[in-house]
Amino acid sequence: MNNLTTLLKSSIGRKLMMALTGLFLVLFLLIHLIGNLQLLIPDGGEAFNIYAHTMGNNPLIQIVSKLNFLFIILHVIYSIWLSRLNKAARPIGYAGKPAQATSTLSSRNMGILGTLILAFLLVHLKGFWYEFKTGADIMMVTYGTETIPDVFPVVATAYSNVWYAAFYVIMMGVVGFHLYHGFQSAFQTLGLGYNKYKKLIQTAGTLFAILVPALFALIPIVMYIQNA
Amino acid sequence: MGKENIGLTLKVWRQKNEADKGHFETYKLSEVSTHASFLEMIDVLNEQLIVEGKDPVAFDHDCREGICGMCSMYINGRAHGPQSATTTCQLHMRHFNDGETITIEPWRAAPFPVIKDLTVDRSAFDQIMAAGGYVSVNTGNAPDGNAMPIPKEDADEAFNAAACIGCGACVAACKNASAMLFVSAKVSQYALLPQGQPERKERVLKMVAKMDELGFGNCTNTGACEAECPKGISITNIARLNREFLSASLTPGH
Ligand code: HEM
Ligand code: SF4
Ligand code: FES
Repeated sequence: MNNLTTLLKSSIGRKLMMALTGLFLVLFLLIHLIGNLQLLIPDGGEAFNIYAHTMGNNPLIQIVSKLNFLFIILHVIYSIWLSRLNKAARPIGYAGKPAQATSTLSSRNMGILGTLILAFLLVHLKGFWYEFKTGADIMMVTYGTETIPDVFPVVATAYSNVWYAAFYVIMMGVVGFHLYHGFQSAFQTLGLGYNKYKKLIQTAGTLFAILVPALFALIPIVMYIQNA
Repeated sequence: MGKENIGLTLKVWRQKNEADKGHFETYKLSEVSTHASFLEMIDVLNEQLIVEGKDPVAFDHDCREGICGMCSMYINGRAHGPQSATTTCQLHMRHFNDGETITIEPWRAAPFPVIKDLTVDRSAFDQIMAAGGYVSVNTGNAPDGNAMPIPKEDADEAFNAAACIGCGACVAACKNASAMLFVSAKVSQYALLPQGQPERKERVLKMVAKMDELGFGNCTNTGACEAECPKGISITNIARLNREFLSASLTPGH
């Protein structure tokens, strides 16, 4: 018997794929946040433009970015697979209301939260990633000796629309709830939920789930106010 | 002190056999003693039904003292009812209010088919045990107990895991109908002790494979199982099961 195929075909193997892809996305969020926060530096977008340009031309970052797409797709495919199997495991449901007392809201709604995130990602990629790559009306700007695309106004214009900004802020809340369960769940799946680490993982996960989405959400709020 | 006797409306799942579609039937009980256990309350209902010439409600029970794991009932949206760390037989009617409506359902999971009314077939758990939940011992004289030193913490952890009574509340409570808490308890009780070592890797691979094959769901770490387990089995055991399974899968076979 080949144990590795056994792993990949097992329920725990499917969970492992969710956890590994999820944790990669967690790491990606952190890096993404560090970049985005440069939008708040009051320099007319210079730091952000340079950052976007450097990222766009760094071969390593380009590989990571491709991997990121792959992992999002895998994460989604596995989440659909898991959800279907789990539905089949209980073909007839209960009449009694599902117990609120025994699990968190986040943990019971990972599929819905994830689907909302997916919808957000599509809007987000269309609005920024696609525009940055192909936008016809992106000007060039010169800093010192280098002339690079001026992508900052694309973001500034988007966030001057109150609905767009509000959509971002709300969706960051959704990401927060997804991470509130997802972060600690991934460590449990990897088998690291030892009694002595449980508290630490829980605390780190809660902090991450609050701070990272809050900082992401701060950007459209500040930029909307600046433009108003 | 509350009332000595309460009146109740019961919504009970009735299903003739595995093939029957099943439905809820509503019954009224007056004068239920608050000192009665939940099963005694069902006994009273059944006596009433027999007097009326109706078919009594089929339900599983044996020890009625919280150790056999038979009394599977999903009560008001909770496995074994509203009290945590309690089996149905140990649940008392003083936790319910006069005039309350109580919904009683069987465990719901594809691998636990309903046999009749509230009785489900939990032999899927036996199949998982048969796949690897044992240790092979040589016959002959019993070895000296003190000849095999076991660290206190390991012994305690193994003992806590071995407290699992196989009741299936974890599966019933899990939104994914996952059997991970049960399997993790059984894998842990052996993995922590020297006697379990020879079959350690084989055991976890076989038990998880059987669990998947039987159609239990995939754990998503909601923790509902731990909250409903009458024996307080911790999901730390699930982390251990994941570790055991991952390490066994990543070790090359023969
Ligand atoms: C920013 C993007 C995302 C991040 C950082 C992320 C992160 C995570 C993490 C860390 C987990 C826990 C894995 C585990 O339990 O072992 C998880 C679970 C899950 N994710 Fe995501 N995810 C993201 C996007 C999505 C998307 C787009 C979907 C899909 C439609 C999705 C659906 C799910 C589902 C259904 C689970 C539940 C599985 C479970 O609870 O075990 N996620 N996610
Ligand atoms: S782990 Fe707890 S809930 Fe699950 S079968 Fe064992 S005793 Fe019952
Ligand atoms: S009847 Fe034995 S545990 Fe309830």
